[in-house]
Amino acid sequence: MKAPDFDYARPSSLQEALALLAAGEGGAQPLAGGQSLMPMLNFRISTPEMLVDLSGLPELRGLEQTPQGLRIGAMTRYCELEAFPDLAKIQPLVAAALPHIAHDAIRNRGTIGGSVALADPAAEMPAILLALGAVISLDGPNGPRDVAADDYFLGYYETACEPDELITSILLPKIEPGDSFGFHELVQRHGDYAMAGVAIRSSGIAPLAGLRIGFFGVADRALRVTALEDALNGTDGTDIAGALSHLSEIDFQGDTKITAETRAHYAGVALKRALKEMLT
Amino acid sequence: MQTHLTINGTQRRLDLDPRTTLLDALRHHLGLTGSKKGCDHGQCGACTVMVNGRRINACLTLACMHDGDEVTTIEGIGQPDDLSPLQQAFVSEDGFQCGYCTPGQICSATAMLQEISDGWPSHVTSDLAGEAELTSDEISERMSGNLCRCSAYPNIVQAIHKAAGKNA
Repeated sequence: MKAPDFDYARPSSLQEALALLAAGEGGAQPLAGGQSLMPMLNFRISTPEMLVDLSGLPELRGLEQTPQGLRIGAMTRYCELEAFPDLAKIQPLVAAALPHIAHDAIRNRGTIGGSVALADPAAEMPAILLALGAVISLDGPNGPRDVAADDYFLGYYETACEPDELITSILLPKIEPGDSFGFHELVQRHGDYAMAGVAIRSSGIAPLAGLRIGFFGVADRALRVTALEDALNGTDGTDIAGALSHLSEIDFQGDTKITAETRAHYAGVALKRALKEMLT
Repeated sequence: MQTHLTINGTQRRLDLDPRTTLLDALRHHLGLTGSKKGCDHGQCGACTVMVNGRRINACLTLACMHDGDEVTTIEGIGQPDDLSPLQQAFVSEDGFQCGYCTPGQICSATAMLQEISDGWPSHVTSDLAGEAELTSDEISERMSGNLCRCSAYPNIVQAIHKAAGKNA
């Protein structure tokens, strides 16, 4: 398959990029690393009239430690995040999850902002942002605005980012002393999209407290189940059978790989394993 | 549209439809058929090339996105009368059967050995602060984006061990 016909532009400033998106009236599609968009174009799942390549915008690149946390420019590539000094200390959850995100050749091109903008329901990054309580900074014709990760992922490839807006950066809040993290995903082959996975932040370990659990690869989007978090808060996380009953709130999706029932089971398995790793 | 690329050290000017992937530009427009088209959506690694020293899947990127970039393909790594250490090792260790994935395997391994010498840890590296040892587990993990349907994996790992020893 070949991509549908499209025009290509590589603006050199954010302002120019936003103007191109606005002029496209919904037909212009931002192009970040292209690692998901290229196959979608070639399968003709996505049929934009114009691609706006964001690789020429230096203001969207780079990583910065701020008093609030780690600010990641939207066009920062996975390999750049991986190589950030002391990442395992600054953001242990991200460091633990990165090697599960595809393979080196993909991480050399794929961007953090691209992943979050696309919001593939089986991608790791959206769930990580939910677990960390990240903030997504957008810019558009009506000016810049911040959206909490909890309010960002709306549905199947659907987010709070409007077609004429761009993600400029993502803030991962600073971790606090006593914070604990867990990550587990079930995949057919290491590096594949998950059949089910979880990213966990807890502000205590015995007992668990202030839990934020991002599920991915389960439904139409990365999501949290607050009733499940509430059921686990204050416990030692070893007997989770009762809490698991709240997984029924998720509208599990089946696909060509596995049924919705199997996926529901896997979500519980991923959660159990992640908690077990956290507690040992 | 006009795109300037440096391919294996030679400057090339291409006038391409923007839809042209880097892989199609290499194979169809430049006649560099060493890079192979396997899955054409980033699952198999047969099209792995190096862009500015980093390994990427040439099928997952448009040629026009690489204006001004330096691309190294298997043809730039070695030639039949002048094989690179990795190419020699793939021959001597029988690192392939049908050979279709081999150019991608060798481009990927060439970049991978550089990543290890630059101190990049992987998923299986135990000591994140120290130097990554070139164990078979390290090689398998770092080469996991390159599939071999003949399953020559043990010999591929052996070939990479051999070439790395030669370079050291």
